[in-house]
Amino acid sequence: MQIYLPIAEVSVNAFLLLGLGGIVGILSGMFGVGGGFLMTPLLFFIGIPPAVAVATEANQIVASSFSGVLAHFRRKTVDLRMGTVLLVGGLVGAGLGVFIFNYLKAQGQVDLLVKLCYVVFLGIIGGMMFIESLNAIRNTRKGKAPKRKKHGWVHGLPFKMRFRTSGLYISVIPPLLVGVAVGILAAIMGVGGGFIMVPAMIYLLGMPTKVVVGTSLFQIIFVTAFTTMLHATTNFTVDIALAVLLLVGGVIGAQIGTTIGTKMKAEQLRILLAIMVLVVCGKLALDLLIMPSELYSLGAGGGH
Amino acid sequence: MLRIFLAFVLLVLPVHAEEVVLGLSSDKVAITATFEGSDILIFGAVKREAPIAEAPLDVIITVAGPSLPVTVRRKDRRLGIWVNTEMVELDAAPSFYAVATTGPLDKVLSNTEDLRHRVSIGRAIRSVGAATMAEDAQRFTDALIRIRRDKSAYQMREGDVAFDEQTLFRTSISLPANLTEGIYQTRIFLTREGRVVSQLNTSIDVRKVGLERWLFSLSREQPILYGLMSLAIAIAAGWMASAAFQALRRG
Repeated sequence: MQIYLPIAEVSVNAFLLLGLGGIVGILSGMFGVGGGFLMTPLLFFIGIPPAVAVATEANQIVASSFSGVLAHFRRKTVDLRMGTVLLVGGLVGAGLGVFIFNYLKAQGQVDLLVKLCYVVFLGIIGGMMFIESLNAIRNTRKGKAPKRKKHGWVHGLPFKMRFRTSGLYISVIPPLLVGVAVGILAAIMGVGGGFIMVPAMIYLLGMPTKVVVGTSLFQIIFVTAFTTMLHATTNFTVDIALAVLLLVGGVIGAQIGTTIGTKMKAEQLRILLAIMVLVVCGKLALDLLIMPSELYSLGAGGGH
Repeated sequence: MLRIFLAFVLLVLPVHAEEVVLGLSSDKVAITATFEGSDILIFGAVKREAPIAEAPLDVIITVAGPSLPVTVRRKDRRLGIWVNTEMVELDAAPSFYAVATTGPLDKVLSNTEDLRHRVSIGRAIRSVGAATMAEDAQRFTDALIRIRRDKSAYQMREGDVAFDEQTLFRTSISLPANLTEGIYQTRIFLTREGRVVSQLNTSIDVRKVGLERWLFSLSREQPILYGLMSLAIAIAAGWMASAAFQALRRG
């Protein structure tokens, strides 16, 4: 069934969009990532104009994250306090990120920067997580007990706060910094930032994986809601018809994903996320390295 | 006085030996939520006061969507990766353009007439400043035509106009599903030996209607309300799915 999208001004297959929404929703519920880094390229591929894809994707992530976070609330796996600290940092970072983005846009080549950002960050994060979780799986097979959290430099900082759900008593400075850094990257790359936030919470802050997913979803809701409003009021590029089709699939997928996620071991969850991140990274890297079949591309006039 | 005026009017009025009488299957295209493209039948007749001349007539029909500036970028290999390097801004390119003729375009229309009336696809694109932006600006225009032709946004249909007895003509233009709204200028040319002997202009109104119209207007006129509505739908959908699954699990 073809549906004409009023803002994107293209006609697309409704079932295709429902399916895409569903798949990305499952990943969202399982891993606590918004799925924007996966969905946005897919939308480009089916012919949605990039500006509309990025803006509408933010709106869809609000829905799937909200659906996912409710499931996590019921299981009490959301650290509200940690989420709020990260969110404060995230909003500051997003503001800075938009500023940097506009500066780079004036210099040209912003597309390339975004792509390189993706390849570099996805590559590093995916690679690190893959190796770490592979080791963790090996260790459990050998019957070794998993290492307890190390007492590193992170614990020596002032302004300590107790994060009961995460079982942590650490300074608020690291989570704030993580929030800012992720906010900057999220604004530049046009995504919720879950795929950077999740590993950062696990490895930098030492939060338990089960809590990480819900907490990440919690803060993604606010960041993407903020982005949606920004796009809707400045660029007029949020396509509500597209969003509805994607989010119907997305919210159902998120529920299924959460159920799958709770039945899996933490290190299995991490290694799957790592593999997915590496696959997307590889695809983007190939796009940059292989000669495209069409060297020319069209953009709206008066652009950059 | 009236007689002089009438005589004057008759003198000033161009005396066309042959004129077009036109019909359209519809002069409005409504874009609804389930719009899948539309076929428009363009038909008509040649009205004559004199007997049919020796040399045969030809008919050219063009339909052009709203023109907008377009940026065409070209990728090149730099340090091993493919990046956008050169770009050309074309002043105005129609979002949709179809040409239908009774025969090969270079036979039915001379180059000078093509230049004057901007009939062929290449001429329909205005690119005044393009030559200063890149060495071979023409290749960028060619790329635009190639990309849009692959999407059926640009159509060259030579020999697609049926022309009976040098009088009745008809053709069908298929508008694709990915249509931009606006006024679609439709021109009908009668040519003889490459020269335009008569021209008629009309337009097809392509508009979003119903829900599509309402959402589009709301997003432009009340962007804050529209944004909040989008978020409300997202939150409601998220909550409903969560509640439904909880009920499922219990039941």
